[in-house]
Amino acid sequence: MQLIREVQFLIGKELLLEWRSKYALNGVVLYVVSTIFVCFLSFVSLRGVTWNALFWIIMLFASINTVSKSFLQESKGRQLYIYTVASPLALIISKTIYNVFLMLLVTLIALAFYTLVFDYVPEDMGLYLLATVLGSLSFSTIFTMISAIASKAGNGGMLMAILSFPVIIPVIVMLIKLTKNAVDGLDRSVSLDEIATLLIINVLVAAFSLLLFPYLWRD
Amino acid sequence: MYKSWWKILGAVLVMYSTIAGFLASVPPLPILHQSIRNLYFHVPMWFAMIVLFTISVVQSIKYLSSNNQINDSKAVQSVNAGIIFGILGLVTGAVWARFTWGQAWSFDVKQNFAAIAMLLYFAYLILRNAIDEEQKRAKISAIYNIFAFPMMVVLLFVLPRLSDSLHPGNGGNPGFNAYDLDSRMRMVFYPACLGWILIGYWIYTILFRVSALEKNK
Repeated sequence: MQLIREVQFLIGKELLLEWRSKYALNGVVLYVVSTIFVCFLSFVSLRGVTWNALFWIIMLFASINTVSKSFLQESKGRQLYIYTVASPLALIISKTIYNVFLMLLVTLIALAFYTLVFDYVPEDMGLYLLATVLGSLSFSTIFTMISAIASKAGNGGMLMAILSFPVIIPVIVMLIKLTKNAVDGLDRSVSLDEIATLLIINVLVAAFSLLLFPYLWRD
Repeated sequence: MYKSWWKILGAVLVMYSTIAGFLASVPPLPILHQSIRNLYFHVPMWFAMIVLFTISVVQSIKYLSSNNQINDSKAVQSVNAGIIFGILGLVTGAVWARFTWGQAWSFDVKQNFAAIAMLLYFAYLILRNAIDEEQKRAKISAIYNIFAFPMMVVLLFVLPRLSDSLHPGNGGNPGFNAYDLDSRMRMVFYPACLGWILIGYWIYTILFRVSALEKNK
């Protein structure tokens, strides 16, 4: 019970901070929109496989930039304060949940804009939406933990990319397979394997984050 | 494990499997021909690598519970030894692929994911270089090592099963036991696996002792 209240409080704190500065959300939405524009102006017209792969590459970089802020941005003093008032479990759970919401919002906005600009809608939009939900879920769980590790190592952006790319590649491969099925409009029963694998990877990563984060947090 | 019988056993098994691997008869098969002898070298590399990475993750878990620096240097030295075997596995695989599949890098799922699994451990070593303070380095890299291990398992054992691979036993290809009806190859293959695992463990203990000596200087 204590844990749930702490998590609620910490998510409230994140939302309040975000609402006051409106920096993370607006910043990343602008980042994604301008990247999509750059891609549109360079490719002009895209269909099928390339359209799909490009979307996930854009989302990969957008999410690294968004989620890496969650720990890298916190000042030493604030980290120390949170350490004294909340348990490490509450902290990692709240950060992950907040990042899931943020990424979900950003991914949906990006998908809407991407389909609009390239004037191309995948055959099975429902499955594609499910894939984006799973994608933002996995991006946030993995990147939250990696950003905690990178911030403790005290060497921001580059370390974050090096540490997270090998971990995220299996997820990206699965996502591109799943969304390719959606783009081709295959029967949904074909994609069950990929959905299950993504869920398993998520559960695995979440479990290991919960186990390991308390050790990381304690200085 | 300070006794020497297992070192002798490892050396004898590796020598036996190398000599028998080149000289013993193999089943005559199309496409594979004599290249099938690479089985005795390519596959044991991966077994040795997995054993060494498992030792490393166990040492990392021990470090987190005991905060003993010895566990940390054991973890990093077994990763160093494991990476040697991983690279040898990739190279022997590439040579084999060059003569049976046509290209050294045939864009096979197992090749790709094994290369990515190596990237995970290179990232681990770079993470260690990025941190100066010894205790902090040990703790953070132990956490990343434990975090990376299940990902390596997913990369090497789960994902390749979901798509077609040129490797035997995947994508409708018969497994190797189908080629090996009279079990002649097993007489060399199993000793080769055990021998290379023992040699890998030996390399790891030597690396660890060298690093311990350097620290005490």
